[in-house]
Amino acid sequence: MKKSILIVDDEPNIVMTLEYTFKKQDFEVFIARDGSEAIQILDTHTPDAVLLDIMMPNIDGYQTLQYIKSKEQLSHTKVVFLTAKNRASDMEKGLAMGADKYLTKPFSVKKVVAEIQELLE
Amino acid sequence: MSNYTLIGIIIVYLALLFFIAYLAERNAKSKYVNNAVVYTLSLAVYCTAWTYYGSVGIAANSGINFLPIYLGPVIAAPLWIVILRKIIRISKQHKVSSIADFISLRYGNNRFLGALVTVLCLLGIVPYISLQLKAVSETFQILSAENQYVSTSIFDDSTFYIAVLLAVFAAFFGTQTTDASEKHRGIVVSVAFESVLKLVFFLIIGIYATYVLFDGTGDIFDKMSQTENFSKLYSFNGLENGFTWLYTIMLSFMAIFLLPRQFQVSVVENVREKHLKHAIWMFPLYLLLFNIFVIYVAWAGNLSIGNADLAEYYALLLPLQNNNNFLALLVFLGGFSAVISMVVVSTLALSTMVSNNLIIPYGFLDKFLLNHPERNARYIKNIRRISIFFIIIAAYAFYVNLSFYSSLYSIGLIAFVIIAQLAPSFFIGLFWNRGSSKAAVIGILGGLAVSFYTLIIPFSIQAFNGSSYFVNEGLFGLGYLKPHALFGVDYLSVPAHAFFWSMLINLFCYLTFSLSSKGNYRERNYAEMFVDSRNYSKLQDNALVWKGEAYVADIKNVLQKFLGDQRTDRALRIFFTKYDLPPDTQMADARLINFSEKLLTGSIGSASAKILISSVVKEEEVSLVEVLKILEESKETIANNKLLKDKSNELMQLSNQLKLANAELLQKDKQKDEFLDTVAHELKTPITGIRAATEVLLDDDDEMPKEMRQRFLENMLNDSDRLSRLIHSILDFEKLSTGRAHLNIAKHNIRETIKKSLDSLSQLAAKKNVQLWCTNKSDYYLKYDEDRILQVFTNLISNALKFTEPAKGNIYIQYKYDNGYLEIQVSDNGKGIPDEDLPYVFDKFYQSKDQNTKKPHGSGLGLAISKQIIDNHGGKIWVENNAKTGATFSFTLPFVK
Repeated sequence: MKKSILIVDDEPNIVMTLEYTFKKQDFEVFIARDGSEAIQILDTHTPDAVLLDIMMPNIDGYQTLQYIKSKEQLSHTKVVFLTAKNRASDMEKGLAMGADKYLTKPFSVKKVVAEIQELLE
Repeated sequence: MSNYTLIGIIIVYLALLFFIAYLAERNAKSKYVNNAVVYTLSLAVYCTAWTYYGSVGIAANSGINFLPIYLGPVIAAPLWIVILRKIIRISKQHKVSSIADFISLRYGNNRFLGALVTVLCLLGIVPYISLQLKAVSETFQILSAENQYVSTSIFDDSTFYIAVLLAVFAAFFGTQTTDASEKHRGIVVSVAFESVLKLVFFLIIGIYATYVLFDGTGDIFDKMSQTENFSKLYSFNGLENGFTWLYTIMLSFMAIFLLPRQFQVSVVENVREKHLKHAIWMFPLYLLLFNIFVIYVAWAGNLSIGNADLAEYYALLLPLQNNNNFLALLVFLGGFSAVISMVVVSTLALSTMVSNNLIIPYGFLDKFLLNHPERNARYIKNIRRISIFFIIIAAYAFYVNLSFYSSLYSIGLIAFVIIAQLAPSFFIGLFWNRGSSKAAVIGILGGLAVSFYTLIIPFSIQAFNGSSYFVNEGLFGLGYLKPHALFGVDYLSVPAHAFFWSMLINLFCYLTFSLSSKGNYRERNYAEMFVDSRNYSKLQDNALVWKGEAYVADIKNVLQKFLGDQRTDRALRIFFTKYDLPPDTQMADARLINFSEKLLTGSIGSASAKILISSVVKEEEVSLVEVLKILEESKETIANNKLLKDKSNELMQLSNQLKLANAELLQKDKQKDEFLDTVAHELKTPITGIRAATEVLLDDDDEMPKEMRQRFLENMLNDSDRLSRLIHSILDFEKLSTGRAHLNIAKHNIRETIKKSLDSLSQLAAKKNVQLWCTNKSDYYLKYDEDRILQVFTNLISNALKFTEPAKGNIYIQYKYDNGYLEIQVSDNGKGIPDEDLPYVFDKFYQSKDQNTKKPHGSGLGLAISKQIIDNHGGKIWVENNAKTGATFSFTLPFVK
């Protein structure tokens, strides 16, 4: 079955590269520009993975993660933070909240894809 | 009017006074009892029957010579702030209860001096009281139409009964507590009440005489000017009379401080120092009102009655002559009020002096030490009560035997001259620390001797046997010893003459003996405390220098005899707490000695207090030099303590400031962290975009459609631009906020600058189909950096463009002059700024969540930079949501020359 991923980021340029790459790897790709859009999508879809930025307007990455963790039907969805916040403390916080991986910007596209694929196997 | 009616009215009136005094005593803490008006009115006890009747007599017979008696106090009033305040402070601190106590304390608790002052006051005041009784008696007779009445025995003389009633009044309200330095609110309030009555009634008779009996002041003056010897009634008679005036003014100046009744009301009964501030103008006003009609009543009397012997009672005779009995009764009651207040306050003051400075220190101390406290309290009160009766009886006796022959005015002035003998030791002693007790005693005795020779002896001889040989020929027939013209000084009035010579001798003795003798250490100790009262009041109980051996138990024993066990224990507990001493302290120090003396002073006078305490302690002599040294040291200790306290406060402040600074630093540190985080985030975002796109392009295996490749390359270009803009903005902001940016200030026309900015943005606006408006056409030339201000306009207008809807948007630029500044507004009709964000829009990296563009193109520094630019120009920038929709950014630029 085709794997699916939700990319949540407010930077269109970044979203564009990620979307292109994941589609090339035969993923079904959903896009959200911030937390609230992500939650709307997650109400109707259960992607295998969510790639989540933290610093976003309105509902930020942490709140979105909390929402995912609170939903029964999303219990198998892997969540990966992809953020410019690269302090050790931020990383700890993100993992402690239940993220499966914590990747920092700037990133290697190949590496991000590899990490996601590893998670989903 | 019948005798009995009049007696009935007098009794009702006295009952009213008892009632008022009783009410005041019951509500002793009320503001109606303790205020500046009551204080000032109580000072008006100065105006006695002498004022009420005597002034009219003088005015009728010798013109305006009654005035100096009131000019002295008027001159003295402004000085109260300096002199009287000092006296009040010292008296409160030492629990002084009379002028005798005050003077005796100043000269080292000198028992003899206190007694001497008391005797002197008795000498001066008892005749003065008898004069008041005489006024009552005479006015009573006039009113009851018993002109020919001659009393055969004191028991059918109504004056005797009135005197006894006054004594009862004074005794009842004057001896409620044993501590005489306590306030007597009942007496003070009744005196204030009487002061109102006597003034009002006197004004009524003044108006009656002037406007009812005559046709106003002009009428009286015209009629009077046609009589003989008129000019002498309203003018000075040359330089000699000028001297008489001068000395009389000096005399009354002193009297307002020194008369025992004045000391009682102005110092002992003073509740609050600040009442003085009001009294200094209200009291002269009272005297002025009292004196307005004196001359017209006198002249009206001269014109309609014309009997010089009855002149003193014109005020009473005028209404009687016109059959206005009611008015006459009012005048009588006014005069009666003046008498009562004077008699009551004087006897109260004198009885305190007699008991605390004469009887107790000279006879009762040993007895007190053996008695129970309750018995002692009863004894002290009884001594005062007996003194009150004794003084009034003495005054009555004097009145019966002597004063028939003399006028109100002359006896009043004799009292003034006698009391004035206290002036050198009192006034100079307040400001000169060398004044010694020996000098005070000799000065007072010398002055008293001279006044006896020049005033009292001739007066007595004339009063008793009518002989004028002594006055006319002098002692042993020596011309230069004539009592009314010593050494040929024959141009002064008799009291002025006596005042001049007695004061000269008194002053001379006081100064000479003060300078030639050293005085003992105790005396010098008190002198320092009085002269430098402000400094020493800070030292409090430390101000007394004392060396020796004393046991707390002994002192406690003495205190218990007068205060009782409870009050003694409480007082000692307070003392030990105050000085941080253990409650079981065995040996007493100087502070406890001083403290205990003060505790006793109110009850038995300062001299007795000192004697009692020294009877149970072993005191060592201290040399004068040592006293001065110790005083200097304790002053220094106080100063040092103050310095230490100041320093410690300063340190505390510093530490607080440090704490604040630390908190601020932490806050700054946190802000810096946040700033770095934000900068890092902002920089990383385009770099991430560039890096990711580059990677995708590099890995491309030619599958990518051409348009896609084109998009990725464009993104890379945009992100690079964004990155360089961001770096530029950060550097720019940094330069502006640290003040390193150089402003290229020159004179520009704001209209043209706005036009430039609109031109540069018009394309962008047109693309969004938003209208830019600037309707102002005025030219304003001011100095600014045009490029920077253009930057501000660009920021504000492009912000506005972001928030306005295409096709509907309008952006207005307006400017106006406002109080030295040019105020410029950029307003739009966009959606405005959320209220909770308003305070933050000028912060670094603030970005609105509601921008129309999907992603802000700005650096997040635009408004922060604009704020820095305006700040650097000395202007202000702010934002508010305007009334309809949208936001209005305003900033000001100053017009600088």
